Amino acid sequence: MDLQVKNISKSFRGLRAVNNASFEVPAGSINALIGPNGAGKTTIFNLIAGVYAPDGGEILFEGKRIDGLRPDQVCAAGIGRTFQLVKPFAGLTVLDNVIVGALQRERTVAGARGHAGSILRKLGLDAKAHLPASSLTLPDRKRLEVARALATRPRLLLLDEVMAGLRPTECDQMVEVFRDISRAEGLTILLIEHVMRAVMALARHIGVLHHGEVIARGTPEQVVRDPAVLECYLGEETQV
Amino acid sequence: MRKEFVYLGILALLMIALPAFVGPYALSVATLILYFAYTGQAWNVMMGFAGQLSLGHSLYVGVGAYAAGAIFFHYGIGPWAGLWVAMLLCVALGLVIGFLAFRFGISGVYFALLTIAFAEFTRIGFDHLDWLGGPGGMFLKVAQRDTWDVLNFRGPPLMYYYSMLLLTMGAFVLCAWLLRSRAGYYWQAIRENEEAAQALGINTFRWKMAAVALSAAMTSISGVFFAFYYNNLFPHEIFSMNRSIELILGPVIGGIGTLFGPIFGAAVLTLLSDGITEALAALGWEIPGIKQVFYGLVLLAVVMFLPHGIWPFVARLFRITR
Amino acid sequence: MSFDLVANVVIAGVLTGLVYGLMALGLSVIFGVVRVVNFAHGEMMTVAMYAATLLFGALHLDPFLSMLPVAALFFVLGYALQAGLINPFITRPEHSQFMLLVAVAIVMVNALLMIFGPDARNVQLDYQLESFEIGKLLIDKARLYAALAAVLAAAGLFLFFRFSLTGKAIRACADNYLGAKVVGLNVKKYYAFTFGLGSACVAVAGCAMALLVDVTPPLGPYYTLLAFVIVIVGGLGSMTGALLGGVLIGVSEALAGLFITPSAKSMFSFGLLILVLLLRPQGLLGRR
Repeated sequence: MDLQVKNISKSFRGLRAVNNASFEVPAGSINALIGPNGAGKTTIFNLIAGVYAPDGGEILFEGKRIDGLRPDQVCAAGIGRTFQLVKPFAGLTVLDNVIVGALQRERTVAGARGHAGSILRKLGLDAKAHLPASSLTLPDRKRLEVARALATRPRLLLLDEVMAGLRPTECDQMVEVFRDISRAEGLTILLIEHVMRAVMALARHIGVLHHGEVIARGTPEQVVRDPAVLECYLGEETQV
Repeated sequence: MRKEFVYLGILALLMIALPAFVGPYALSVATLILYFAYTGQAWNVMMGFAGQLSLGHSLYVGVGAYAAGAIFFHYGIGPWAGLWVAMLLCVALGLVIGFLAFRFGISGVYFALLTIAFAEFTRIGFDHLDWLGGPGGMFLKVAQRDTWDVLNFRGPPLMYYYSMLLLTMGAFVLCAWLLRSRAGYYWQAIRENEEAAQALGINTFRWKMAAVALSAAMTSISGVFFAFYYNNLFPHEIFSMNRSIELILGPVIGGIGTLFGPIFGAAVLTLLSDGITEALAALGWEIPGIKQVFYGLVLLAVVMFLPHGIWPFVARLFRITR
Repeated sequence: MSFDLVANVVIAGVLTGLVYGLMALGLSVIFGVVRVVNFAHGEMMTVAMYAATLLFGALHLDPFLSMLPVAALFFVLGYALQAGLINPFITRPEHSQFMLLVAVAIVMVNALLMIFGPDARNVQLDYQLESFEIGKLLIDKARLYAALAAVLAAAGLFLFFRFSLTGKAIRACADNYLGAKVVGLNVKKYYAFTFGLGSACVAVAGCAMALLVDVTPPLGPYYTLLAFVIVIVGGLGSMTGALLGGVLIGVSEALAGLFITPSAKSMFSFGLLILVLLLRPQGLLGRR
């Protein structure tokens, strides 16, 4: 097991955002976290990534506890993440953005530049390497966000709604990229997604969150038929 | 890139040869430009690179000046030793302020206010320290000024010019090197988006502290220079908010975060303000405060119309990239 | 150190503090609504003080009578400042707006220096030398009147925001910029109105202060910092907080002046600012 989330909870000033959630992400697989808005998905990401510390429970990565670590320590431990609202370094070039990430694992700037270049090629951004990040379109910004996180050579990648705002063809391209990387480098991916097209195409396992609790787990086929899931998305069945 | 090196080389040569072409007044103006260029560059490290707005930077100039000055005044020890004490004290101060600010999550305007509060606190405090001369000031003995006494940093204006030139060039080279190094990348990342920087493994607290420490150290050297150039120190003058604002005008007008901005801004500002004061004096108008009104209006114009500073605008004209 | 002396000093501190509080109230209102850090606040106060001394010098107008015209003038100037200079730059980054007002402050202070010179100016009225005697306590008449004016102005402002339509509209803009726009409020106009109101507060405070201290240009930056200390200690965005903070600072300054040396009194205020920024940045009564 690569990532183990055990009974974590988090409250914000009385509002229980995450309530006793548990799930596991096996190494090398692609998993998804889905659920309605406000279900607590991004909060769980933030808990894993070290932005918050859980009020209770544990998070283990590769057997070691990571709950309570700072975000930069979590990155050093091998977890990369993207943000729901992309956060590019607007004043820097695309290449420089990725170099910042690459410097996490490379000792020299030259080495980081080389590694960053190869990542940009993988994501199809190398033509735009010397453009300012602020000039990119949204799909490219999303790609940049992913490239930056990948440059830190993570073993687990947390993707927060990367497909939002992308057209179906762009979405498919991203799916291909993730499939390739996961296959080639054994990268474990956990994604939060609303775009079911991507979820069904990528995820081997899905966890469904509702009101901060995990209400269902399983393969895509199982989850889609789970009555609890249907209820939380579509409401109760009533006789007219 | 080639083109920029050529320009830089020409500029450097011009600056080195300058004293041969100009009179003593112009030389003192040039020294002043370099002083503001250097100090502005030092401030720029904190603001332009790490994104922390310090409006109380006169604190480091003052502490640096008083540290070296007091050691010379009371013990007769020359500025080369005093320099280290000054740097040490200023770095310690900077680290304290940085620690308090960053640990408690103070940023933006609140951080600026914190820096102002510290500077003001020190200003009033020094007014009450008699060992440092109190409000009446500290006066350093001025020995003969014709020979170059580098050990005690006393000599003709030419010596001060070249010292400041050396400092400014050194700061420029240092900042250029830093910008291309890991530190430069990390600082700019923090400046652009601290949260994203953390997610990429950057210990933002440590790097912000480093920026503050470096900026404080560099600024303290300004203070030491100030002490031995002007030879009199008054708390209400050296720690004043006016000074803090004066320091940052160069980089703000020239272009925060750029390499050449502070130098360019300092030059433009000093030359223009001097020109205006001269012109007004020629017309018989010697009014206190007019220079500052001018500064204020220029600052206003730049903030409104050229928010990234004048240098990026000029650079684009000449198609230079930094 | 007799109790009476300390009591008198504290009372004087409270009264002066109320005037400080009104000044800070203006800043709090501006920041609370427009979200702009008015770095020229103290300079505006100083301009108001000069206005009061000018009107006194030219027309022998008691500063209390000057309050109305000066406040009206400041309302207009504040409105113009926001509408003309700040509103167009509302989308700029925070430190850009800040710098804008720093520039305005520099121009103001030094324009005052140019026009009036560095010498102190003041207002001289008979009742400034008189005081009320309550038992062993001495209360300066001028100070008491000034404090009353401050409290009245603050109350007026409070009522305005509570009960008037414009006041409610402004509070809406402060609470939710987008929401206010969606329901059709001309937010920029209300911002300008608010800046005008804040400036009018400063005007009243300045006229009141002209009775208590001599005015020189360097008071500008001093009052700016003081206003910030008060607003941060009392809590940004809280009206009662500003008044409370003002009183606190007024008293601490007065006591510091008594027990330490008078020139060190502002050191205490800055120390307090540092402490509050570190320990409770939302102030005593404020909400972030």
